[in-house]
Amino acid sequence: MLVPLSWLKDYVDIDVTPDVLEKKLFDSGFEVEEAHEVGHDISGVVVGLVTECEPIPDTHLHVCKVDLGEGEPVQICCGADNVCTGKKFPVAKVGAMVYATAKDHVTVEGVMKIGKGKLRGYDSFGMLCSGTELGVSEDMYPGAGYNGLLVLPDDAPVGADVKPILGLDDWIFDISITANRPDCQSIFGIAREVSAILEKPLKMPALDYSECDTDKKLDVTIEATDLCPRYIGHYVTDVHIAESPAWMKRRLALVGINAISNIVDITNYILTELGQPMHAFDEAFLEGDRINVRRAHDKEKIVTLDEKEFELTTDNLVICDGVKPVALAGIMGGLNSEIRETTTGVVFEAAKFARDNIRKSSRALGQSSDSSARFSKGVDEYATVMAMKRALHLVEELGCGKVTKLHREAGLNNSLEPRVFTASIDKVNKVLGIEVPTADIERILKNLNFAPEIKGDELTIHIPAYRDDMENYPDIAEEIIRMYGYDKVVPTFLETAKVTSGGTNRKQKAELKLKRAMCQTGASECIHYSFFSPDDLDLLGLPEDAPERKAIRIINPINEDLSLMRTTLVPQMIHAIKRNQKRGRLYGRLFEMGSAFIPKSLPLDDYPVERPTLCIGVFGENEDFYSLKGIVEKAGETFGLKFRYAAKELPFLHPYQTAAVLLDGEEIGFMGKVTYEIQKAEEMRVSAYIAQIDLSKLEKYYEKTPAFTPIPAFAEEARDLALVMDKNVTCQEVEDVITSACRFVSDVKLFDVYEGAQLGDSKRSMAFTLTFTPAEEEFTSEALDGYVHKILKNLNNKLGIELRS
Amino acid sequence: MQDLRELQERIALIKDEITGGIESLANSKAVYDFKKNFLDPKAGKISELMKSMKDIPAESKAEFGKSVNELKNWALGRFEEIDEQLKAKEAKLRYESEKIDVTMPAKHIMTGYLHPVTQVKNQLIDIFASMGFSVYEGTETETDYYNFTALNTPNDHPARDMQDTFYLSPGFLLRTQTSAGQIHVMEHQQPPIKILSPGKVFRADDDATHSPMFTQMEGLVVDKGITLCDLKGMLEVLCKRMFGENATTRLRPSYFPFTEPSVEVDVSCFECGGKGCRLCKGTGWIEILGAGIVNRKVLENCNIDPDVYSGLAFGIGVERLTMLKYGINNIKMLYESDLRVLEQIND
Repeated sequence: MLVPLSWLKDYVDIDVTPDVLEKKLFDSGFEVEEAHEVGHDISGVVVGLVTECEPIPDTHLHVCKVDLGEGEPVQICCGADNVCTGKKFPVAKVGAMVYATAKDHVTVEGVMKIGKGKLRGYDSFGMLCSGTELGVSEDMYPGAGYNGLLVLPDDAPVGADVKPILGLDDWIFDISITANRPDCQSIFGIAREVSAILEKPLKMPALDYSECDTDKKLDVTIEATDLCPRYIGHYVTDVHIAESPAWMKRRLALVGINAISNIVDITNYILTELGQPMHAFDEAFLEGDRINVRRAHDKEKIVTLDEKEFELTTDNLVICDGVKPVALAGIMGGLNSEIRETTTGVVFEAAKFARDNIRKSSRALGQSSDSSARFSKGVDEYATVMAMKRALHLVEELGCGKVTKLHREAGLNNSLEPRVFTASIDKVNKVLGIEVPTADIERILKNLNFAPEIKGDELTIHIPAYRDDMENYPDIAEEIIRMYGYDKVVPTFLETAKVTSGGTNRKQKAELKLKRAMCQTGASECIHYSFFSPDDLDLLGLPEDAPERKAIRIINPINEDLSLMRTTLVPQMIHAIKRNQKRGRLYGRLFEMGSAFIPKSLPLDDYPVERPTLCIGVFGENEDFYSLKGIVEKAGETFGLKFRYAAKELPFLHPYQTAAVLLDGEEIGFMGKVTYEIQKAEEMRVSAYIAQIDLSKLEKYYEKTPAFTPIPAFAEEARDLALVMDKNVTCQEVEDVITSACRFVSDVKLFDVYEGAQLGDSKRSMAFTLTFTPAEEEFTSEALDGYVHKILKNLNNKLGIELRS
Repeated sequence: MQDLRELQERIALIKDEITGGIESLANSKAVYDFKKNFLDPKAGKISELMKSMKDIPAESKAEFGKSVNELKNWALGRFEEIDEQLKAKEAKLRYESEKIDVTMPAKHIMTGYLHPVTQVKNQLIDIFASMGFSVYEGTETETDYYNFTALNTPNDHPARDMQDTFYLSPGFLLRTQTSAGQIHVMEHQQPPIKILSPGKVFRADDDATHSPMFTQMEGLVVDKGITLCDLKGMLEVLCKRMFGENATTRLRPSYFPFTEPSVEVDVSCFECGGKGCRLCKGTGWIEILGAGIVNRKVLENCNIDPDVYSGLAFGIGVERLTMLKYGINNIKMLYESDLRVLEQIND
């Protein structure tokens, strides 16, 4: 929130520089996001008295002599229409910094340095300034809004810096307030903290006013007591709507609020100063002498001050008169009872509304205001009571109406008296781990207005009503240490804790092992969002009933592209390959390990299955189905597993270059070449291949400790066989027949494939190296011949395979 | 062969022949062939000399034999000598013929890398595992209870505004913090507890410095007598191991609903050592994590007696740490899978 230093000084004497104050606020838990002087861009501008002013013929310009209190007056040319002798104006001397404006003289276009100039042959040693050029608006200084020179008071000392005169030497702190301290969302709230930090007394705002009699009747009731713990209404008569005084307009301007009229400005002033949103109703439009706080009826309508109409539900809270809703509680007043120029009677409202109700209503209706933002953070009833008094005081101070005796309060169940809480000092210190001297504890808590009483180890504090956040002794510990200084916390290393055994478990280790194995194949790990776009499912061309289409929808996504929980990792991998190619990287290997989200039911009423999934993507001239297969194999090998493969069709993969990945007969994933249609749609320049494996199917193997197989005692023998077969016989079939025909075959490796006229169109030849591993004794060459013979016989019988001649 | 004199002449002749012929031999093969002329067991000239021994009178046999043997040994020596010379020459030639330009590029060995975030995650796990932390990975989808209510953030709590939450249904959401894991662990385990809970978290924030998904690592210690001093001590160890022995830490007050007191932890700027630079925006400090003493209510929610046990918790933004450590200036880069980024960091 924005805090002008000058306003803060109303309530606490600040005798430190802004830098020191910033540091002290920071150390005690109030991060100052920005602190700057109001006129931080302006320098070298002084009060100048125009002593001579002659028009330059045929122009709108004047050539002036200006007394800057430095001996001889200087010559300055000026184009403003209100320049004249005998008046004082801000003068930017040569070398001064001011705002540069566009031709309209009101649009700021940056900062400029004033140099010596020459206009129509006349030398000019500086510039007479407008409010805009100094960054001063009409609200910040009366007359500054004029599109011409800013006129300074006659008593301004010639040659003096204009910054103090125009309030440009004030400072603005932008302080971020943590969610547990709504009581600090105001100038006065910050003043309370500063008073404690600087150990200076807190000065109370003026709350006094006198009351007159009135015949007016008003009844205040709260129906929705759960949503409105306190409501105060007070009637002000003889109101005359006018502009607020300059000091009030200036303060509002400093915190970015536009002045509207005295009554409305008072409510905004209170909001800033005390953190209590207030509202003012034009009494003439309140019917039935009544204010009632209730839940809206279903489909009830209200038009707010900004002329927007809302249809309400019973979740929304409204303020009603005897007949109709007159305000959307805590969010915005109704247009029907707004303050106008003709208003003569006002009912002020100061209330506390339940913060979550205001927040939810505000979100649901899409209507927000400074008030609703403030209520959503939490308002304390202490401020509610004080705010009404302060508003009535201001009415009197501004002379904009007569405060009557008509005061109505409803919902007085919550005490505004301090809560008494007792704690053990030892326990407080044990939260911190250091022993804070009792005298310091007492001093700090006293400064924070907790009225501490200490008897031995027993600490009694009186928690002011605005400190809702104080719940238990750790809160006291926090209050003490933030004032005592976190730098006094001494590092220790779990001196009283037991030794524990730590580290990752088997599954976590297995997953990291798999990631490292993927890296060894040359693939780099990527991480993609857990959500994707409905378009991604369309990109894959999945049919309407595909399981991947049964995805969880995020109720409030950032946008449609991030609106579904992913059911497959493939689309994002395709996009990643696309992005790489688009950036000129035409080869690469990527993998991701992450979750696919599979709902057990929709809408979700149980945790979905978060299926651990491995997705691999390769692209480039040197990649093909088999290079991807090598990586997939590696994933299996990591856990001592050998996958099998069977041709498969998937809408997003090449119809003849796609395989199901099988483990123990179960399909655990797929792999293949991305279709040319998708490659084209994604503007790929080289082909991409993608595999996806459901890792939950591998999990049971994570536990397995690798076992050593003894090295064969006798030498292995190898035989090469070139076989001729039908083209549709698969390599896998051949391998299976070979291994089942002879138990000594430990490996079958394809090393050559040949197709050609010689063999005929329907045939091809595959050459394999068979490795025979002996068990009990060395093979004789007769025995090996026998095995080969048996294998060939089996191949011939089962698959019609011949030995190539 | 009649007498020894004739023998000596023959020997001299053979020696001359060998000495004369050997110089012109060009390679090992020629040496072998030339050698055969003299030492071939059947037709070699020296072998023949040996054979003629039978014709030598008995009294001369000994001397004859000695002379021929000397010749044979001399010849063998010579052949071996020349053979070695030639082999050395051949080897030299072979080497010369295989001269390469060592500055030509290496053969590419394709290597993949763990994601930078995974690398930092692993580093953190290593550090905390050595302190006795075990790793607990919760789910990315959570219930409102575990993500908020159990963490002392009931429905009307203002802290809910601090985090824009993605909802999947009225009761389920995408976790906004890995702190949710705290509750799952504490529900099933009594102290001593030391867990580290890394994982993806989600917030409805998407701009230059925010990503709607990022990685958090939550740490939790619950035991007897855990204090703010322990928190500072432990995080100081973390910072020294992560950023070097000169790193120091600073605590400053903050607010999280599930800790009380709550602190932000800053580490002394590892770029400038605390003097003030662009990385630390002139402050000398870099914010790296939020932490605090576990709120009594959180312990109570998990049936752990807050009068017996106390705890500390901290939450690290892994992307932030990754970016700081490697000088990556845009969080989005971590999610674009640009190989030019992924292949750079191998820590």
